[in-house]
Amino acid sequence: MSKNIKSITNPKLKLEILTPAEVKKIHDATLWIIEKVGVKFPSQRALDVWTANGAEVDRGRQIVKVRGEIIEAALKKCPPMYPLAARDPNQDLSLDGNHVYVGTDGCGVEVIDIHTGGRRTSKIQDVIDIARVADATEEVAFHWVPVSAQDMPVESRGLYEIKAIWENSTKHVQTESIYDAAEAKAAIEMAALIAGGKEALRKRPVLSLMQCSASPLGHDGGSLDAALLAAEAGIPTGFMTMAACLTTGPAAMAGTLAVGNAEVIAATALLQLAYPGAPVFYAAAQTASDPRNGAYTGGGPEDFLFGAATNVLSDFYNIPLSMGSFATGAKEPNWQAGIENSLSTFMAGIVMSDMLLGVGFLHGSRIWSYAEMMMDCEIFSIIEKIMRGIVVNDETLALDTIAAVGPAGNYLAQKHTRKHMLDLFVPQFMDRRPYNEWESKRDDARDWALAKARRILAEHQPDPLDPKIGAEMAKIIMSVEKKGATEPAR
Amino acid sequence: MSEELFQKMAQSIVDGDADAAVALAKETITAGIPPLDAITKGFVTGVNIVGDAFGRGEAYLPELVMAGEAMKAAVATLDPELKERGTERRTLGKVVIATVDGDIHEIGKSLVATMLGASGFEVYDLGVDVEIEKIIGTALNVNADIIAMSALLTTTMVKQKEVIEELDKEGLRGKFKVMVGGAPVTRDWVKTIGADGFSEDAIGAVNIAKQLVGAA
Repeated sequence: MSKNIKSITNPKLKLEILTPAEVKKIHDATLWIIEKVGVKFPSQRALDVWTANGAEVDRGRQIVKVRGEIIEAALKKCPPMYPLAARDPNQDLSLDGNHVYVGTDGCGVEVIDIHTGGRRTSKIQDVIDIARVADATEEVAFHWVPVSAQDMPVESRGLYEIKAIWENSTKHVQTESIYDAAEAKAAIEMAALIAGGKEALRKRPVLSLMQCSASPLGHDGGSLDAALLAAEAGIPTGFMTMAACLTTGPAAMAGTLAVGNAEVIAATALLQLAYPGAPVFYAAAQTASDPRNGAYTGGGPEDFLFGAATNVLSDFYNIPLSMGSFATGAKEPNWQAGIENSLSTFMAGIVMSDMLLGVGFLHGSRIWSYAEMMMDCEIFSIIEKIMRGIVVNDETLALDTIAAVGPAGNYLAQKHTRKHMLDLFVPQFMDRRPYNEWESKRDDARDWALAKARRILAEHQPDPLDPKIGAEMAKIIMSVEKKGATEPAR
Repeated sequence: MSEELFQKMAQSIVDGDADAAVALAKETITAGIPPLDAITKGFVTGVNIVGDAFGRGEAYLPELVMAGEAMKAAVATLDPELKERGTERRTLGKVVIATVDGDIHEIGKSLVATMLGASGFEVYDLGVDVEIEKIIGTALNVNADIIAMSALLTTTMVKQKEVIEELDKEGLRGKFKVMVGGAPVTRDWVKTIGADGFSEDAIGAVNIAKQLVGAA
């Protein structure tokens, strides 16, 4: 299995989705929103930071209004680039604006069982299995907690999840499932065990934290407290807006971009005011609710446009972006899944979003499918190949070879062909067989993708985590569990 | 004369124009039209028009919500007059609805509350981050038919279970039907906690609520 990590880098393709004047207009609108409408920060600690930095704080309503220059000055302190470290240093990721990495998506509640094909509630064993399969693929560069370990206690679930991933993969872990102070504190201690201490962790953060905002224009108190603790420890932290046109954002896309931007940059500024220079990232997965029933869509042209536009905003603030792509709303790996996951990932990829989340889900990030995971990896590989574009030089024009073959020959027996055939993309899951062969078997991408995942799960042995570290982690987890409440939550 | 007024009232709901609906409601009071007639012959007609169009896919959710809000405003205007005359608007039942303790995710719950209200339920929306005691206490106080709870997180979803356990413990389970919802809620979960109904969206929630009170 591969230790290599695939990323989009030095792309030839480009897209201009927003002009500089449009970005400025969105930025100005965002500052107006933060100053005039305000953002809800339901955390004592966050409100204290705002008060100390000259914001207008309504303690009763927990709403903060901040002048634009305070936000702008705070954002200037964000480091423009930093690494996401991995347990295996060879798998460290560079958030430098010139790499696009893919993670597993999260955090789902059900799993299509890899053996039975039945759908069931997610458990800790699923977190373990998915981490192992992801560890073996070169497309998955880092982990989110893919599914909720619903057989573990509520107050320590997020810790069991990251421990399970670290024990089954050497890649970077970004958790979106830790959103209170007690768990965040414990998670940082656990990460320090791997990095070799708190100071080492600052240099090589093997953990990063992603917090969801509460659109429109709000945050969750626990998330804010967890993010502040992470920023203090030098753990990369991002706030994700999932503002949705029609429901949690204006129906018009520009307005929803501004609402989400206000949520993200206000919270990012908060972290910089509290801990200047803390590594932060922008995170987003805006969408549009379906006008017919208000449903979360998990795809559609608006998602694709948001995917490309958001990196222009994060570039404007000069911070890395974690962007929602893939995550189809389809119920099965099918036509809809292929369209949504390809276009969302293409659009977010072409603008060089640093992190894409992520592979593996059906039904709008709720149901994990190993087949979908493997096919999503192939989608990323296809897009990575597209981004490299067409190289034009003497070698690739191959005039000597063209002359040698002449009219009416073929290129199969040419040395140039043998050398460059490896440039051609060879899919794992696309059906290019003769029709008769398909007709006799009637299998397809879904079968092959599932078979690959099964093979990996049966064969792949990840580099083990030092059992002593695992034991220390277990002690930390026990320390946050309520006495006498250790039975599984359900 | 009142026929024309009833039509205007229905239209105000179709237009989702709460201001117009309130003005028309006041006009009926001045004109001495029985408030119950104003509701059933006027405003409800509008709700039904929008509801039917929505059912056919010809109206979008915001139109339905705005019609619901206009209806709510009209009924609130007529309420004092209803009480004065000692008449009561017949509702399908009383629903106490909340997002559970520890969870601040409001939109789905609010949408369900609006839809239930527009569909003829009397809705007590307790907001977000609501403790078990308050949910059950309110349900007892208002003599609710249905307790409806939402959660967006797997870690807060367990509160739905705790509410049902508390109802069991207090011997109150038979008094209320319990509905649950939220992105992580699945059929398995509903079965595990022994809730009476769930829906994945607001329109479905109305249908479930109607079934639970025997009005479907």
